[in-house]
Amino acid sequence: MARAAVPGRLGDRLRWRIAEVAGRRVESATAVTLTLEIPDWPGHLAGQHVDVRLTAEDGYSTQRSYSIASASNGRSLDLTVQRTSGGEVSPYLVDELVPGDQLELRGPVGGWFVWRQQQTEPVLLVAGGSGLVPLMCMIRTREAAGSRTPFRLLYAVRSPSDLLYGSELRQGAPGLDTTYLYSREALKDSARPPGRITPEDLARGGWPPDFEPTCYVCGPTAFVEKTAAYLVLLGHAPERVRTERFG
Amino acid sequence: MAFISRGFHGRRPSAGTKLPPGQYETTGFPVLSAGPTPRIRKDDWQLSVTTETGKRHVWDWAGLMALPADSPTVDLHCVTKWSKFGTQWQGVSLDVLLADVETSAEHVLVTSYGGYTTNVPLADLVDGKAWIAYGYEGGDLAPEHGGPARLLVPHLYLWKSAKWVSGIELRQSDVPGFWETAGYHNYGDPWREQRYQGD
Ligand SMILES: Cc1cc2nc3c(=O)[nH]c(=O)nc-3n(C[C@H](O)[C@H](O)[C@H](O)COP(=O)(O)OP(=O)(O)OC[C@H]3O[C@@H](n4cnc5c(N)ncnc54)[C@H](O)[C@@H]3O)c2cc1C
Repeated sequence: MARAAVPGRLGDRLRWRIAEVAGRRVESATAVTLTLEIPDWPGHLAGQHVDVRLTAEDGYSTQRSYSIASASNGRSLDLTVQRTSGGEVSPYLVDELVPGDQLELRGPVGGWFVWRQQQTEPVLLVAGGSGLVPLMCMIRTREAAGSRTPFRLLYAVRSPSDLLYGSELRQGAPGLDTTYLYSREALKDSARPPGRITPEDLARGGWPPDFEPTCYVCGPTAFVEKTAAYLVLLGHAPERVRTERFG
Repeated sequence: MAFISRGFHGRRPSAGTKLPPGQYETTGFPVLSAGPTPRIRKDDWQLSVTTETGKRHVWDWAGLMALPADSPTVDLHCVTKWSKFGTQWQGVSLDVLLADVETSAEHVLVTSYGGYTTNVPLADLVDGKAWIAYGYEGGDLAPEHGGPARLLVPHLYLWKSAKWVSGIELRQSDVPGFWETAGYHNYGDPWREQRYQGD
């Protein structure tokens, strides 16, 4: 396992900042994207997350991590939050926040689950549900940088109506191949029956191990455990498989 | 003025429990790791303690099982914000493993199968504060939670409790491990909320 590099500006990164909700976009029945304006945002790498802190009137506070969905532009960032029913924080972010509200956060955090545009090897992205968020940031960062690095995305999601960023992904980008793996309900004309991710899915939609791709796997714990184990079974070196778990 | 999140009420921890700042209670057992779970057979498993002079002490699985075991019940605090109360473990205290080791080192670099590393002051591994744990809630420790054996240092954030532990290197000087190099705190005390460098 290689050492992860730390981006600089430490003191600046760690400061709690107050962001303003500038936009709210519904992504699916259970997910929204919040655009947050942060005047002095230091920028971020693709794959990093922020820590969000909510504080009640009596001073009680709690924190959660959310991946950054948008490519770094220096002013604002997008978070895409999936509602966990009964959850303490995600229903608040999805249902309660409206443009004009403020939200406390700090970051960017994370130096290992990141893609940098200097990387030239092929990339395999494997997303389970809302695990797509940091991977979408990598796709958008690649596009914004005009990078030609070949990307393949395998996106496991319950049904077509649960897709995040559906139209953007459908539109695609040169050098990005996207495969949808529906687990419960597939499109009518789809050749693959609905079901959980399999080693065949990864062999078909991914890269041969001898291309030495870097693989990024993100999603719920069970999905990440299984997918990472399959990738190693298929011959990918464990140190080329980077994982992030939301569970 | 302190910031208030409009319309946020929050959930309070259950009675009788105390959460470190910024944490929430979970009854599940989430997983944090940076890559695939290594699969290590007990037959192939070894744990070494290496001193600053290079002297190595090695235990295989049978050797570990032959040592007196403890059954600590401890609270876990993960830097990804979850805390889990009252977890039951079985394992060997580091005091037992280090009893015959001669050292004047103050720092430890813990290494794992799969290449993970983390650094901990030696003082935090002795006096009943740390174990090599191989049992969880009455069964074997599952691979995704660090089995066959992991370090357990419950008073620090859980990334210090290296899963799939393979070595304890006693050192004169401190070197940052995997997450510490990636900007996480060198010490990681959840009660002082030492998540990141500079906290
Ligand atoms: C590095 C990192 C990045 C993340 N990025 C994102 C992101 O981009 N978008 C996003 O929506 N979430 C993301 N998450 C998950 C997020 O931090 C919260 O865990 C999630 O929103 C649930 O919080 P909650 O307060 O609503 O639920 P909680 O009150 O924490 O949990 C309620 C119940 O749901 C269970 N639970 C918690 N999380 C999940 C889950 N993910 N799936 C199923 N059950 C769960 C808990 O065990 C509990 O029983 C990320 C997590 C990490 C660690």
